[in-house]
Amino acid sequence: MQKAVPFAGQQRADHLLIAEMVAPGSRVLDVGCGDGALLKLLAETKGVDGRGVELSREKVNLCVKHGLSVIQGDADRDLADYPDQAFDYAVLSLTIQATRDPKTVLTNLLRIGRRAIVSFPNFGHWKIRAQLLFTGRMPMTPNLPEPWYTTADAHLCTIKDFVDLVALVDAEVEEGVAFNSKGERLPIRRSLSLQNLLGEKAVFKLKRRG
Amino acid sequence: MGTFSASEGADRSGEPRVEARLSEVSRPSSPTVVFPEDKPLRLESGQLLAPLSIAYQTYGTLNADKSNAILICHALTGDQHVASRHPVTGKPGWWEALVGPGKPVDTDRFFIICPNILGGCMGSTGPASLNPKTGKPYGLDFPVITIGDMVDAQVRLIDHLGINQLFSVIGGSMGGMQVLEWVTRQRERVATAIPIATAPWHSAQNIAFHEVGRQAVMADPDWRGGNYYEDGVVPKNGLAVARMAAHITYLSEKALQGKFGRNLQDRAARSFSFDADFKIESYLRHQGSTFVDRFDANSYLYITRAMDYFDLENAHGGKLANAFVGTKTQFCVVSFTSDWLYPTRDSKAIVKALNAVAANVSFVEIESDKGHDAFLLEEPEFHATVRGFLTAAAAKRGLAAYARGI
Repeated sequence: MQKAVPFAGQQRADHLLIAEMVAPGSRVLDVGCGDGALLKLLAETKGVDGRGVELSREKVNLCVKHGLSVIQGDADRDLADYPDQAFDYAVLSLTIQATRDPKTVLTNLLRIGRRAIVSFPNFGHWKIRAQLLFTGRMPMTPNLPEPWYTTADAHLCTIKDFVDLVALVDAEVEEGVAFNSKGERLPIRRSLSLQNLLGEKAVFKLKRRG
Repeated sequence: MGTFSASEGADRSGEPRVEARLSEVSRPSSPTVVFPEDKPLRLESGQLLAPLSIAYQTYGTLNADKSNAILICHALTGDQHVASRHPVTGKPGWWEALVGPGKPVDTDRFFIICPNILGGCMGSTGPASLNPKTGKPYGLDFPVITIGDMVDAQVRLIDHLGINQLFSVIGGSMGGMQVLEWVTRQRERVATAIPIATAPWHSAQNIAFHEVGRQAVMADPDWRGGNYYEDGVVPKNGLAVARMAAHITYLSEKALQGKFGRNLQDRAARSFSFDADFKIESYLRHQGSTFVDRFDANSYLYITRAMDYFDLENAHGGKLANAFVGTKTQFCVVSFTSDWLYPTRDSKAIVKALNAVAANVSFVEIESDKGHDAFLLEEPEFHATVRGFLTAAAAKRGLAAYARGI
């Protein structure tokens, strides 16, 4: 589903943050779980009852071989099968930009989980803005390594765009953190402009309004 | 049948094998538990069946708290000899690729139980067994049974063995249907379940192939309305044709082409006759002729019928998810890419229903060009999946202490 670039030789900073965001012993659905690194981290550090959905058959098989409960599936097509509030958290890690219909996917996450946790590469980061401005070509960065004609990232967005979508699907941000290029956390508060400029990735914990 | 006999070319050693097979019906070499006349099995059809014999094999050792038992459910033409020499054919167990010491289903670690199904012909009660009312083999007086009836009979065996909860129930093809019936009928008694290359219902195409097989058996003059036992004959040709037709459905087009192509069998040119010119013809005739030595024709009719009747969705108000409401079982669903008999979409229907009740489910589709038969063969990715799933589930349930080398 997504070729996320891990922080070499260590846990991904966004995974560690997600592990801090979930309550111990909770039920978590990781959509686009890849090789299961986050599920494994959550099981080991938080005693989480975790499930995964992953598009790549090879990665699914790898997960199941390692004892994780993972099915082959697609965020766009298969989330509709899950009942309401079946999980404490529905996680979508660096995947939303590769879905066909991010709005429906986000709505489903907020329906399936009491909380949704979503991370994505921020297209508003200054390096991306600068590349487009100075080269006049689609930006390529370590987080977005593929050229426009092969990338699965059909729906890239900025932190500001994402926050607009959250409001549109009648949800609210409980917690938001951007990561700069060194992997340092930039907490997202009222003003988004600075984080939108300095954040390479962002992680949001969301809940439905009301 | 006319110009050819499907059992043509069968070696003469077939005759003692028929003797051995008939002996397995009434005096099985496997351990057998018999439930007497006063404890009949109530079948889905409403009929009562007694006495009821269940022949079974076990491998490994049951631990003190009886928490390491795995039930293996066999497929249409399988039997209880999952990991031991077959008493009629002398061949190795049918699932030794998966089950044995150090294998993914590790007999050093788990206690494996494999019963012959109700309706079978290897010691469990079936149409070749004696009808207590007549003192003769049942034949077509045997009641029509269902997959659910097979499971209810197995439940009696598990009760008899004093096992409260099975650590796992595993089966491929029709064995997978039994796995699904187990988790719906005995929801507290199945910790983990591995339904492999199976479906939640039998498709029109699958019913069609079974009907062809049954009609082939019934068209054989030696079938004699199902009462061939006493006349000392066997509807060999009909059963062999049924097996030949079915065998095609177990393979894939690619596997057939790759293995046989248009190659000729032991000849340089076409014979301009109806001999088995082609390798594929010779192969199918061999499959047919060896099958009749070890399998009862009426059992084939009854078991295929039970599969045709299987429809878990219909049995649960037209909604498959209803079958699994409240399940605590941990599932690992497996399908194979080239299996067109029980295709991946059937396994996905099971997974979808399990997701709808937020069940704990893993689902793996294995890349293979071997067709439906892949579940019985050496498929490293499949075996690694089963090993990983069982190992993790055992650790979760505190069975890790029994693990070898962990």
